[in-house]
Amino acid sequence: MITREEVLHIARLARLELSDTELERMREQLNSILTYIDRLRALDVTGVEPTSHAVPLVNVMRDDEVVPPFPQDEMLRNAPDRVGEFFRVPRIIEG
Amino acid sequence: METVIGLEVHAQLLTRSKMFCGCPTTFGAPPNSQTCPVCQGMPGVLPVVNRRAVELGIRAALAFDCRVNAACRFARKHYYYPDMPKNYQITQYEEPLAEDGHLEIEVDGASRTIGIQRLHLEEDVGKLLHEGTLETAQASLVDYNRSGVPLMETVSRPDLRSAEEAAAYLKAFRAVLVFLGVSNGNMEEGSLRCDANVSLRPRGSRELGTKVEIKNMNSFRSVKQALEFEVRRQAEALAAGERIVQETRLWDADRGYTRAMRSKEYAHDYRYFPEPDLVPLTIDRAWIEEIRAGLPELPRQRRARFVTQYGLPPYDAEILTQSRALAEYFEAAVREFPQPKVVSNWVMSELLRELGADDEQAIRSSPVTPARLAGLLVLIEDGTISGKIAKEVFEKMRRGGEDARAIVGREGLTQVADEAALGRVIDQVLARSPRAIEDYKRGKTAAAKALVGQVMKATGGKANPGIVNRLLEEKLSKI
Repeated sequence: MITREEVLHIARLARLELSDTELERMREQLNSILTYIDRLRALDVTGVEPTSHAVPLVNVMRDDEVVPPFPQDEMLRNAPDRVGEFFRVPRIIEG
Repeated sequence: METVIGLEVHAQLLTRSKMFCGCPTTFGAPPNSQTCPVCQGMPGVLPVVNRRAVELGIRAALAFDCRVNAACRFARKHYYYPDMPKNYQITQYEEPLAEDGHLEIEVDGASRTIGIQRLHLEEDVGKLLHEGTLETAQASLVDYNRSGVPLMETVSRPDLRSAEEAAAYLKAFRAVLVFLGVSNGNMEEGSLRCDANVSLRPRGSRELGTKVEIKNMNSFRSVKQALEFEVRRQAEALAAGERIVQETRLWDADRGYTRAMRSKEYAHDYRYFPEPDLVPLTIDRAWIEEIRAGLPELPRQRRARFVTQYGLPPYDAEILTQSRALAEYFEAAVREFPQPKVVSNWVMSELLRELGADDEQAIRSSPVTPARLAGLLVLIEDGTISGKIAKEVFEKMRRGGEDARAIVGREGLTQVADEAALGRVIDQVLARSPRAIEDYKRGKTAAAKALVGQVMKATGGKANPGIVNRLLEEKLSKI
Protein backbone atom coordinates (compact mmCIF):
# COMPACT_ATOMS: atom_id res chain seq x y z
CA MET A 1 0.00 0.00 0.00
CA ILE A 2 1.24 3.46 -0.93
CA THR A 3 1.90 5.79 1.98
CA ARG A 4 1.05 9.46 2.50
CA GLU A 5 4.77 10.23 2.33
CA GLU A 6 5.10 8.56 -1.08
CA VAL A 7 2.14 10.51 -2.43
CA LEU A 8 3.69 13.73 -1.12
CA HIS A 9 6.99 12.85 -2.78
CA ILE A 10 5.34 12.17 -6.14
CA ALA A 11 3.29 15.33 -5.83
CA ARG A 12 6.42 17.31 -5.11
CA LEU A 13 8.19 15.85 -8.17
CA ALA A 14 5.19 16.86 -10.25
CA ARG A 15 5.13 20.31 -8.61
CA LEU A 16 1.62 19.75 -7.25
CA GLU A 17 0.37 21.17 -4.01
CA LEU A 18 -2.29 18.94 -2.49
CA SER A 19 -4.66 19.70 0.35
CA ASP A 20 -5.14 16.99 2.98
CA THR A 21 -8.41 15.86 1.38
CA GLU A 22 -6.81 15.74 -2.09
CA LEU A 23 -3.85 13.87 -0.73
CA GLU A 24 -6.06 11.19 0.77
CA ARG A 25 -8.10 10.92 -2.44
CA MET A 26 -4.89 10.56 -4.52
CA ARG A 27 -3.62 7.91 -2.14
CA GLU A 28 -6.82 5.89 -2.56
CA GLN A 29 -6.76 6.22 -6.35
CA LEU A 30 -3.09 5.33 -6.62
CA ASN A 31 -3.70 2.33 -4.42
CA SER A 32 -6.52 1.08 -6.58
CA ILE A 33 -4.27 1.48 -9.66
CA LEU A 34 -1.53 -0.49 -7.93
CA THR A 35 -4.02 -3.19 -6.98
CA TYR A 36 -4.97 -3.49 -10.62
CA ILE A 37 -1.27 -3.69 -11.59
CA ASP A 38 -0.92 -6.54 -9.09
CA ARG A 39 -3.70 -8.42 -10.87
CA LEU A 40 -1.82 -7.97 -14.16
CA ARG A 41 1.33 -9.19 -12.49
CA ALA A 42 -0.36 -12.48 -11.75
CA LEU A 43 -0.58 -13.18 -15.49
CA ASP A 44 2.03 -15.34 -17.17
CA VAL A 45 3.71 -13.11 -19.76
CA THR A 46 6.65 -15.34 -20.54
CA GLY A 47 7.86 -14.59 -24.06
CA VAL A 48 5.71 -11.47 -24.45
CA GLU A 49 7.62 -8.32 -25.49
CA PRO A 50 6.93 -5.41 -23.13
CA THR A 51 4.57 -3.00 -24.88
CA SER A 52 5.71 0.57 -25.20
CA HIS A 53 3.31 1.49 -27.98
CA ALA A 54 -0.16 0.34 -28.82
CA VAL A 55 0.32 0.79 -32.57
CA PRO A 56 2.51 -1.69 -34.46
CA LEU A 57 4.64 0.95 -36.17
CA VAL A 58 8.41 1.46 -36.37
CA ASN A 59 10.78 3.93 -38.04
CA VAL A 60 8.57 6.95 -38.52
CA MET A 61 11.13 9.50 -39.58
CA ARG A 62 11.37 12.72 -41.58
CA ASP A 63 14.06 14.02 -43.90
CA ASP A 64 16.41 16.66 -42.57
CA GLU A 65 14.63 19.58 -44.16
CA VAL A 66 14.14 22.99 -42.65
CA VAL A 67 10.57 24.19 -42.27
CA PRO A 68 10.18 27.91 -41.59
CA PRO A 69 9.86 28.37 -37.82
CA PHE A 70 6.93 30.22 -36.26
CA PRO A 71 7.32 34.01 -36.14
CA GLN A 72 9.14 35.14 -33.01
CA ASP A 73 6.27 37.37 -31.87
CA GLU A 74 3.78 34.57 -32.31
CA MET A 75 5.86 32.27 -30.09
CA LEU A 76 6.31 34.95 -27.44
CA ARG A 77 2.70 36.12 -27.53
CA ASN A 78 1.39 33.94 -24.73
CA ALA A 79 4.38 34.41 -22.48
CA PRO A 80 3.31 35.52 -18.99
CA ASP A 81 6.42 37.70 -18.90
CA ARG A 82 9.02 38.71 -21.48
CA VAL A 83 11.94 41.06 -21.91
CA GLY A 84 12.52 42.04 -25.53
CA GLU A 85 13.05 38.85 -27.51
CA PHE A 86 13.34 36.63 -24.43
CA PHE A 87 10.92 34.78 -22.21
CA ARG A 88 11.35 35.88 -18.61
CA VAL A 89 10.96 33.30 -15.86
CA PRO A 90 10.89 33.85 -12.10
CA ARG A 91 13.75 32.99 -9.79
CA ILE A 92 14.94 29.42 -10.44
CA ILE A 93 16.84 28.60 -7.25
CA GLU A 94 14.79 28.75 -4.09
CA GLY A 95 16.63 30.93 -1.57
CA MET B 1 45.54 6.61 -4.70
CA GLU B 2 44.40 5.91 -8.22
CA THR B 3 42.32 8.44 -10.15
CA VAL B 4 39.23 7.12 -11.93
CA ILE B 5 37.48 9.35 -14.45
CA GLY B 6 34.61 8.75 -16.85
CA LEU B 7 33.45 11.36 -19.33
CA GLU B 8 29.99 12.13 -20.65
CA VAL B 9 30.24 14.07 -23.86
CA HIS B 10 27.33 15.84 -25.51
CA ALA B 11 27.76 16.78 -29.15
CA GLN B 12 25.30 18.69 -31.29
CA LEU B 13 24.80 16.85 -34.56
CA LEU B 14 25.38 18.67 -37.83
CA THR B 15 21.85 18.58 -39.15
CA ARG B 16 20.05 21.43 -40.85
CA SER B 17 16.86 20.98 -38.86
CA LYS B 18 16.09 20.02 -35.26
CA MET B 19 15.72 16.53 -33.81
CA PHE B 20 11.93 16.36 -33.77
CA CYS B 21 10.76 19.34 -35.85
CA GLY B 22 11.81 21.27 -38.95
CA CYS B 23 13.10 24.39 -37.17
CA PRO B 24 16.60 25.43 -38.28
CA THR B 25 19.62 24.76 -36.07
CA THR B 26 21.67 27.81 -37.08
CA PHE B 27 23.77 29.19 -34.23
CA GLY B 28 23.47 32.85 -33.25
CA ALA B 29 20.02 33.68 -34.64
CA PRO B 30 17.95 36.28 -32.73
CA PRO B 31 16.52 34.76 -29.51
CA ASN B 32 13.38 32.67 -29.97
CA SER B 33 13.34 33.19 -33.74
CA GLN B 34 13.91 29.48 -34.53
CA THR B 35 11.17 27.74 -32.63
CA CYS B 36 7.75 26.23 -33.17
CA PRO B 37 5.13 24.58 -30.94
CA VAL B 38 7.06 21.26 -31.06
CA CYS B 39 10.40 22.54 -29.73
CA GLN B 40 8.68 24.88 -27.30
CA GLY B 41 6.85 21.89 -25.86
CA MET B 42 3.27 23.04 -26.46
CA PRO B 43 0.59 20.50 -25.58
CA GLY B 44 -0.77 18.34 -28.38
CA VAL B 45 2.19 18.49 -30.77
CA LEU B 46 3.76 15.45 -32.41
CA PRO B 47 7.55 15.08 -32.59
CA VAL B 48 8.99 13.22 -35.62
CA VAL B 49 12.56 11.84 -35.65
CA ASN B 50 15.07 13.45 -38.01
CA ARG B 51 16.51 10.57 -40.08
CA ARG B 52 19.80 12.39 -40.65
CA ALA B 53 20.37 12.65 -36.88
CA VAL B 54 20.02 8.87 -36.58
CA GLU B 55 22.42 8.41 -39.49
CA LEU B 56 25.01 10.70 -37.91
CA GLY B 57 24.64 8.83 -34.62
CA ILE B 58 25.25 5.51 -36.36
CA ARG B 59 28.20 7.01 -38.21
CA ALA B 60 29.82 7.99 -34.93
CA ALA B 61 28.90 4.65 -33.36
CA LEU B 62 30.68 2.78 -36.18
CA ALA B 63 33.74 4.99 -35.88
CA PHE B 64 33.95 4.11 -32.18
CA ASP B 65 33.42 0.42 -32.97
CA CYS B 66 30.16 0.35 -31.02
CA ARG B 67 27.50 -2.30 -31.49
CA VAL B 68 24.52 -0.58 -33.11
CA ASN B 69 21.39 -1.98 -31.50
CA ALA B 70 18.90 -3.56 -33.87
CA ALA B 71 16.10 -1.73 -32.07
CA CYS B 72 16.08 1.36 -29.94
CA ARG B 73 13.51 3.53 -28.29
CA PHE B 74 13.11 7.06 -26.99
CA ALA B 75 12.17 7.84 -23.41
CA ARG B 76 11.00 10.83 -21.43
CA LYS B 77 13.31 12.08 -18.71
CA HIS B 78 11.34 14.25 -16.32
CA TYR B 79 12.61 17.29 -14.50
CA TYR B 80 11.53 20.84 -14.01
CA TYR B 81 13.82 23.53 -15.25
CA PRO B 82 12.84 26.48 -17.42
CA ASP B 83 15.36 25.59 -20.14
CA MET B 84 12.94 22.82 -21.11
CA PRO B 85 9.33 23.96 -21.33
CA LYS B 86 7.60 20.57 -21.59
CA ASN B 87 9.20 19.43 -18.31
CA TYR B 88 10.74 16.33 -19.82
CA GLN B 89 13.58 15.81 -22.21
CA ILE B 90 13.21 13.27 -25.00
CA THR B 91 16.24 11.00 -24.72
CA GLN B 92 17.12 7.32 -24.82
CA TYR B 93 17.41 5.32 -21.65
CA GLU B 94 17.17 1.54 -21.52
CA GLU B 95 17.59 1.02 -25.25
CA PRO B 96 20.25 3.41 -26.59
CA LEU B 97 21.26 3.63 -30.24
CA ALA B 98 24.61 1.92 -29.67
CA GLU B 99 26.78 0.35 -26.96
CA ASP B 100 30.22 -1.05 -26.20
CA GLY B 101 32.74 0.85 -28.25
CA HIS B 102 36.16 2.29 -27.65
CA LEU B 103 38.49 5.12 -28.52
CA GLU B 104 42.28 5.14 -28.65
CA ILE B 105 44.00 8.02 -26.89
CA GLU B 106 47.62 9.04 -26.81
CA VAL B 107 49.38 10.61 -23.84
CA ASP B 108 53.14 11.19 -23.85
CA GLY B 109 53.58 8.92 -26.84
CA ALA B 110 51.86 5.94 -25.18
CA SER B 111 48.47 4.89 -26.46
CA ARG B 112 45.57 3.51 -24.40
CA THR B 113 42.14 2.19 -25.26
CA ILE B 114 39.24 3.82 -23.47
CA GLY B 115 35.91 2.03 -23.41
CA ILE B 116 32.71 3.70 -24.57
CA GLN B 117 29.74 2.35 -22.66
CA ARG B 118 26.88 3.81 -24.64
CA LEU B 119 25.91 6.32 -27.28
CA HIS B 120 22.42 7.72 -27.48
CA LEU B 121 20.36 10.42 -29.14
CA GLU B 122 18.41 13.16 -27.42
CA GLU B 123 17.31 16.76 -27.78
CA ASP B 124 19.15 19.83 -26.57
CA VAL B 125 17.48 22.31 -24.23
CA GLY B 126 17.10 26.10 -24.31
CA LYS B 127 19.62 28.62 -23.08
CA LEU B 128 19.20 30.62 -19.86
CA LEU B 129 20.57 34.05 -19.14
CA HIS B 130 20.44 34.89 -15.46
CA GLU B 131 19.92 38.42 -14.21
CA GLY B 132 23.08 38.26 -12.14
CA THR B 133 24.26 34.82 -11.02
CA LEU B 134 22.09 31.73 -10.85
CA GLU B 135 21.90 31.99 -7.05
CA THR B 136 21.10 35.67 -6.81
CA ALA B 137 18.99 36.17 -9.93
CA GLN B 138 15.43 37.27 -9.24
CA ALA B 139 14.59 36.23 -12.79
CA SER B 140 16.14 34.61 -15.84
CA LEU B 141 15.73 35.08 -19.57
CA VAL B 142 15.15 32.12 -21.87
CA ASP B 143 16.02 31.58 -25.52
CA TYR B 144 14.56 28.37 -26.95
CA ASN B 145 16.44 28.41 -30.28
CA ARG B 146 18.69 25.61 -29.02
CA SER B 147 15.77 23.63 -27.68
CA GLY B 148 15.35 20.51 -29.81
CA VAL B 149 18.73 20.64 -31.56
CA PRO B 150 19.88 17.01 -32.03
CA LEU B 151 22.36 15.90 -29.39
CA MET B 152 24.42 12.75 -29.16
CA GLU B 153 25.48 11.73 -25.67
CA THR B 154 28.39 9.36 -25.32
CA VAL B 155 29.35 7.88 -21.97
CA SER B 156 32.86 6.55 -21.54
CA ARG B 157 33.74 3.74 -19.19
CA PRO B 158 35.61 4.85 -16.05
CA ASP B 159 38.89 4.01 -17.79
CA LEU B 160 40.61 7.38 -17.63
CA ARG B 161 43.37 7.63 -15.04
CA SER B 162 44.29 11.32 -15.03
CA ALA B 163 43.05 14.77 -15.98
CA GLU B 164 45.51 14.65 -18.83
CA GLU B 165 44.02 11.44 -20.17
CA ALA B 166 40.55 12.94 -19.89
CA ALA B 167 41.63 15.94 -21.95
CA ALA B 168 43.29 13.61 -24.49
CA TYR B 169 40.07 11.57 -24.73
CA LEU B 170 38.00 14.67 -25.37
CA LYS B 171 40.45 15.85 -28.04
CA ALA B 172 40.53 12.50 -29.81
CA PHE B 173 36.74 12.21 -29.54
CA ARG B 174 36.24 15.66 -30.98
CA ALA B 175 38.69 14.99 -33.82
CA VAL B 176 36.69 11.91 -34.85
CA LEU B 177 33.37 13.77 -34.81
CA VAL B 178 34.75 16.72 -36.77
CA PHE B 179 36.45 14.41 -39.24
CA LEU B 180 33.23 12.47 -39.82
CA GLY B 181 31.16 15.62 -40.21
CA VAL B 182 29.02 14.42 -37.30
CA SER B 183 29.48 17.61 -35.27
CA ASN B 184 31.37 20.86 -35.71
CA GLY B 185 32.84 20.24 -32.25
CA ASN B 186 32.82 23.93 -31.37
CA MET B 187 33.22 24.11 -27.58
CA GLU B 188 32.94 27.89 -27.42
CA GLU B 189 29.52 27.83 -29.04
CA GLY B 190 28.54 24.86 -26.89
CA SER B 191 28.28 22.35 -29.76
CA LEU B 192 30.50 20.04 -27.72
CA ARG B 193 30.09 19.84 -23.95
CA CYS B 194 31.49 17.55 -21.38
CA ASP B 195 30.75 16.38 -17.82
CA ALA B 196 33.00 14.12 -15.80
CA ASN B 197 32.62 11.58 -13.02
CA VAL B 198 35.64 11.59 -10.76
CA SER B 199 36.58 9.28 -7.91
CA LEU B 200 39.68 8.00 -6.18
CA ARG B 201 40.46 4.50 -4.91
CA PRO B 202 43.43 2.74 -3.37
CA ARG B 203 45.81 1.58 -6.09
CA GLY B 204 45.07 -2.01 -7.04
CA SER B 205 41.48 -1.86 -5.76
CA ARG B 206 38.79 -3.12 -8.14
CA GLU B 207 35.98 -1.27 -6.43
CA LEU B 208 35.07 2.28 -7.39
CA GLY B 209 35.17 5.07 -4.82
CA THR B 210 32.33 7.53 -4.28
CA LYS B 211 32.06 9.59 -7.43
CA VAL B 212 31.56 13.29 -7.85
CA GLU B 213 30.08 14.72 -11.04
CA ILE B 214 31.80 17.80 -12.45
CA LYS B 215 29.91 20.11 -14.79
CA ASN B 216 30.50 23.38 -16.56
CA MET B 217 33.83 22.66 -18.23
CA ASN B 218 33.66 24.61 -21.46
CA SER B 219 37.11 24.14 -22.97
CA PHE B 220 39.93 21.61 -23.11
CA ARG B 221 41.79 23.81 -20.65
CA SER B 222 38.83 23.82 -18.26
CA VAL B 223 38.54 20.04 -18.43
CA LYS B 224 42.17 19.59 -17.52
CA GLN B 225 42.21 22.25 -14.80
CA ALA B 226 38.86 21.27 -13.28
CA LEU B 227 39.78 17.59 -13.07
CA GLU B 228 43.23 18.33 -11.69
CA PHE B 229 41.59 20.47 -9.02
CA GLU B 230 38.95 17.87 -8.20
CA VAL B 231 41.46 15.03 -7.93
CA ARG B 232 43.55 17.15 -5.55
CA ARG B 233 40.48 18.14 -3.53
CA GLN B 234 39.37 14.53 -3.09
CA ALA B 235 42.88 13.34 -2.28
CA GLU B 236 43.24 15.97 0.43
CA ALA B 237 39.80 15.17 1.88
CA LEU B 238 40.57 11.44 1.98
CA ALA B 239 44.00 12.06 3.49
CA ALA B 240 42.33 14.11 6.23
CA GLY B 241 40.06 11.15 6.97
CA GLU B 242 36.95 12.76 5.45
CA ARG B 243 34.39 10.97 3.36
CA ILE B 244 33.62 11.99 -0.22
CA VAL B 245 30.01 13.02 -0.67
CA GLN B 246 28.30 11.94 -3.87
CA GLU B 247 27.28 15.25 -5.43
CA THR B 248 27.42 17.45 -8.49
CA ARG B 249 30.03 20.21 -8.52
CA LEU B 250 30.42 23.11 -10.88
CA TRP B 251 33.79 24.24 -12.25
CA ASP B 252 34.34 27.94 -11.78
CA ALA B 253 36.93 28.79 -14.44
CA ASP B 254 37.46 32.36 -13.18
CA ARG B 255 38.19 31.33 -9.62
CA GLY B 256 39.80 27.99 -10.46
CA TYR B 257 37.82 25.67 -8.20
CA THR B 258 34.85 23.33 -8.19
CA ARG B 259 31.96 24.10 -5.86
CA ALA B 260 29.05 21.94 -4.81
CA MET B 261 25.80 22.67 -6.63
CA ARG B 262 22.99 23.33 -4.25
CA SER B 263 20.71 20.33 -4.03
CA LYS B 264 17.84 22.35 -5.44
CA GLU B 265 19.77 22.79 -8.68
CA TYR B 266 19.27 19.18 -9.64
CA ALA B 267 17.10 16.22 -8.83
CA HIS B 268 17.84 12.66 -9.75
CA ASP B 269 14.31 11.28 -9.72
CA TYR B 270 13.77 11.39 -13.47
CA ARG B 271 10.88 8.90 -13.74
CA TYR B 272 11.89 7.69 -17.20
CA PHE B 273 9.23 6.03 -19.30
CA PRO B 274 8.91 5.21 -23.01
CA GLU B 275 8.07 8.26 -25.11
CA PRO B 276 4.54 7.48 -26.34
CA ASP B 277 4.77 9.99 -29.20
CA LEU B 278 7.70 8.26 -30.90
CA VAL B 279 7.53 4.74 -32.22
CA PRO B 280 10.61 2.51 -31.87
CA LEU B 281 13.44 2.55 -34.39
CA THR B 282 14.64 -0.67 -35.94
CA ILE B 283 17.99 -0.40 -37.60
CA ASP B 284 18.63 -3.10 -40.17
CA ARG B 285 22.03 -4.36 -41.31
CA ALA B 286 21.61 -2.89 -44.77
CA TRP B 287 21.28 0.62 -43.37
CA ILE B 288 24.30 0.15 -41.10
CA GLU B 289 26.41 -1.21 -43.98
CA GLU B 290 25.38 1.66 -46.22
CA ILE B 291 26.54 4.12 -43.56
CA ARG B 292 29.74 2.15 -42.97
CA ALA B 293 30.56 2.25 -46.69
CA GLY B 294 30.34 6.05 -46.58
CA LEU B 295 32.76 6.42 -43.65
CA PRO B 296 35.93 8.34 -44.48
CA GLU B 297 39.33 7.25 -43.22
CA LEU B 298 39.56 8.09 -39.52
CA PRO B 299 42.08 10.60 -38.13
CA ARG B 300 44.17 7.90 -36.45
CA GLN B 301 44.35 5.73 -39.54
CA ARG B 302 45.14 8.74 -41.67
CA ARG B 303 47.83 9.94 -39.26
CA ALA B 304 49.57 6.57 -39.41
CA ARG B 305 49.32 6.52 -43.20
CA PHE B 306 50.79 10.03 -43.49
CA VAL B 307 53.87 8.77 -41.63
CA THR B 308 54.32 5.60 -43.68
CA GLN B 309 53.18 6.76 -47.12
CA TYR B 310 54.71 10.25 -47.10
CA GLY B 311 57.57 9.77 -44.67
CA LEU B 312 56.35 12.68 -42.55
CA PRO B 313 57.43 13.16 -38.93
CA PRO B 314 54.62 12.15 -36.52
CA TYR B 315 54.38 15.80 -35.45
CA ASP B 316 53.51 16.90 -39.00
CA ALA B 317 51.09 14.00 -39.44
CA GLU B 318 49.35 14.92 -36.20
CA ILE B 319 48.76 18.51 -37.28
CA LEU B 320 47.81 17.71 -40.87
CA THR B 321 45.09 15.30 -39.72
CA GLN B 322 43.42 17.72 -37.31
CA SER B 323 40.57 17.99 -39.77
CA ARG B 324 39.40 16.26 -42.89
CA ALA B 325 39.64 19.48 -44.89
CA LEU B 326 43.29 20.00 -43.94
CA ALA B 327 44.27 16.39 -44.64
CA GLU B 328 42.58 16.57 -48.03
CA TYR B 329 44.25 19.89 -48.75
CA PHE B 330 47.67 18.42 -48.02
CA GLU B 331 47.09 15.35 -50.16
CA ALA B 332 45.76 17.37 -53.08
CA ALA B 333 48.85 19.61 -52.97
CA VAL B 334 51.20 16.61 -52.76
CA ARG B 335 49.60 15.07 -55.85
CA GLU B 336 50.72 18.15 -57.81
CA PHE B 337 54.00 18.73 -56.02
CA PRO B 338 55.25 15.34 -54.85
CA GLN B 339 57.60 16.51 -52.08
CA PRO B 340 55.51 15.80 -48.97
CA LYS B 341 57.80 17.38 -46.38
CA VAL B 342 58.10 20.60 -48.38
CA VAL B 343 54.32 20.77 -48.79
CA SER B 344 53.86 19.98 -45.10
CA ASN B 345 56.20 22.81 -44.09
CA TRP B 346 54.32 25.32 -46.21
CA VAL B 347 50.93 24.15 -45.01
CA MET B 348 51.95 24.29 -41.35
CA SER B 349 53.84 27.57 -41.44
CA GLU B 350 51.98 29.60 -44.06
CA LEU B 351 48.49 28.21 -44.57
CA LEU B 352 47.90 27.71 -40.85
CA ARG B 353 49.37 31.09 -39.96
CA GLU B 354 45.98 32.73 -40.21
CA LEU B 355 43.52 29.88 -40.01
CA GLY B 356 42.93 27.02 -37.61
CA ALA B 357 43.88 23.45 -38.49
CA ASP B 358 40.30 22.40 -37.69
CA ASP B 359 38.57 25.28 -39.44
CA GLU B 360 37.11 23.15 -42.25
CA GLN B 361 35.25 26.03 -43.81
CA ALA B 362 38.24 28.38 -43.98
CA ILE B 363 40.56 25.69 -45.33
CA ARG B 364 38.14 24.67 -48.07
CA SER B 365 37.50 28.25 -49.10
CA SER B 366 41.10 29.52 -48.89
CA PRO B 367 42.05 31.44 -52.04
CA VAL B 368 45.37 29.59 -51.83
CA THR B 369 44.05 26.33 -53.20
CA PRO B 370 46.21 23.17 -53.07
CA ALA B 371 46.89 23.63 -56.80
CA ARG B 372 48.04 27.22 -56.24
CA LEU B 373 50.31 26.19 -53.37
CA ALA B 374 51.82 23.50 -55.61
CA GLY B 375 52.26 26.09 -58.36
CA LEU B 376 54.16 28.31 -55.96
CA LEU B 377 56.42 25.47 -54.86
CA VAL B 378 57.22 24.69 -58.50
CA LEU B 379 58.45 28.27 -58.92
CA ILE B 380 60.83 27.86 -55.97
CA GLU B 381 61.95 24.49 -57.25
CA ASP B 382 62.86 25.75 -60.72
CA GLY B 383 64.63 28.78 -59.32
CA THR B 384 62.17 31.37 -60.61
CA ILE B 385 61.73 32.85 -57.16
CA SER B 386 63.49 32.54 -53.81
CA GLY B 387 61.89 31.04 -50.72
CA LYS B 388 61.72 34.46 -49.16
CA ILE B 389 59.89 36.00 -52.11
CA ALA B 390 57.64 32.93 -52.19
CA LYS B 391 56.34 33.83 -48.73
CA GLU B 392 55.36 37.26 -50.04
CA VAL B 393 53.71 35.66 -53.04
CA PHE B 394 51.81 33.34 -50.70
CA GLU B 395 50.46 36.34 -48.80
CA LYS B 396 49.40 37.92 -52.08
CA MET B 397 47.67 34.72 -53.14
CA ARG B 398 45.87 34.65 -49.79
CA ARG B 399 44.55 38.16 -50.34
CA GLY B 400 44.10 38.14 -54.08
CA GLY B 401 43.03 34.84 -55.51
CA GLU B 402 45.49 34.77 -58.39
CA ASP B 403 47.99 32.01 -58.98
CA ALA B 404 51.66 32.40 -58.14
CA ARG B 405 52.92 32.66 -61.71
CA ALA B 406 50.55 35.54 -62.49
CA ILE B 407 51.63 37.45 -59.37
CA VAL B 408 55.34 36.87 -59.97
CA GLY B 409 55.01 37.94 -63.62
CA ARG B 410 53.01 41.08 -62.91
CA GLU B 411 55.10 42.28 -60.00
CA GLY B 412 58.50 41.42 -61.51
CA LEU B 413 59.42 39.17 -58.59
CA THR B 414 61.41 36.76 -60.72
CA GLN B 415 64.67 35.85 -59.11
CA VAL B 416 67.64 37.52 -60.76
CA ALA B 417 69.81 34.74 -62.12
CA ASP B 418 71.51 36.84 -64.76
CA GLU B 419 75.17 36.53 -63.79
CA ALA B 420 76.29 39.69 -65.58
CA ALA B 421 73.60 41.77 -63.86
CA LEU B 422 74.36 40.24 -60.47
CA GLY B 423 78.10 40.74 -61.06
CA ARG B 424 77.52 44.47 -61.50
CA VAL B 425 75.53 44.70 -58.28
CA ILE B 426 78.24 42.79 -56.42
CA ASP B 427 80.93 45.14 -57.78
CA GLN B 428 78.94 48.12 -56.50
CA VAL B 429 78.53 46.55 -53.09
CA LEU B 430 82.24 45.66 -52.87
CA ALA B 431 83.21 49.17 -53.94
CA ARG B 432 81.48 50.68 -50.92
CA SER B 433 82.50 48.02 -48.42
CA PRO B 434 86.33 48.12 -48.07
CA ARG B 435 85.97 47.37 -44.37
CA ALA B 436 84.08 44.14 -44.95
CA ILE B 437 86.59 43.03 -47.55
CA GLU B 438 89.43 43.59 -45.10
CA ASP B 439 87.58 41.62 -42.40
CA TYR B 440 87.03 38.81 -44.84
CA LYS B 441 90.69 38.74 -45.82
CA ARG B 442 91.59 38.49 -42.11
CA GLY B 443 89.48 35.32 -41.95
CA LYS B 444 86.15 36.62 -40.70
CA THR B 445 83.78 34.53 -42.81
CA ALA B 446 80.80 36.35 -41.30
CA ALA B 447 81.82 39.36 -43.37
CA ALA B 448 80.95 37.41 -46.55
CA LYS B 449 77.49 36.80 -45.20
CA ALA B 450 76.99 40.50 -44.58
CA LEU B 451 78.03 41.17 -48.17
CA VAL B 452 75.54 38.62 -49.49
CA GLY B 453 72.92 40.35 -47.39
CA GLN B 454 73.81 43.70 -48.99
CA VAL B 455 73.48 42.22 -52.48
CA MET B 456 70.10 40.69 -51.61
CA LYS B 457 69.00 44.06 -50.26
CA ALA B 458 70.15 45.88 -53.38
CA THR B 459 68.12 43.49 -55.54
CA GLY B 460 65.02 43.66 -53.40
CA GLY B 461 65.47 40.06 -52.30
CA LYS B 462 65.22 38.79 -55.85
CA ALA B 463 68.82 37.70 -56.41
CA ASN B 464 69.40 33.97 -56.63
CA PRO B 465 71.32 33.33 -53.39
CA GLY B 466 73.32 30.41 -54.82
CA ILE B 467 74.64 32.46 -57.69
CA VAL B 468 75.37 35.46 -55.46
CA ASN B 469 77.39 33.26 -53.11
CA ARG B 470 79.46 31.80 -55.91
CA LEU B 471 80.11 35.10 -57.72
CA LEU B 472 81.00 36.86 -54.50
CA GLU B 473 83.46 34.18 -53.52
CA GLU B 474 85.11 34.34 -56.94
CA LYS B 475 85.41 38.10 -56.75
CA LEU B 476 86.69 38.15 -53.17
CA SER B 477 89.35 35.57 -53.95
CA LYS B 478 90.64 37.82 -56.75
CA ILE B 479 90.95 40.92 -54.59
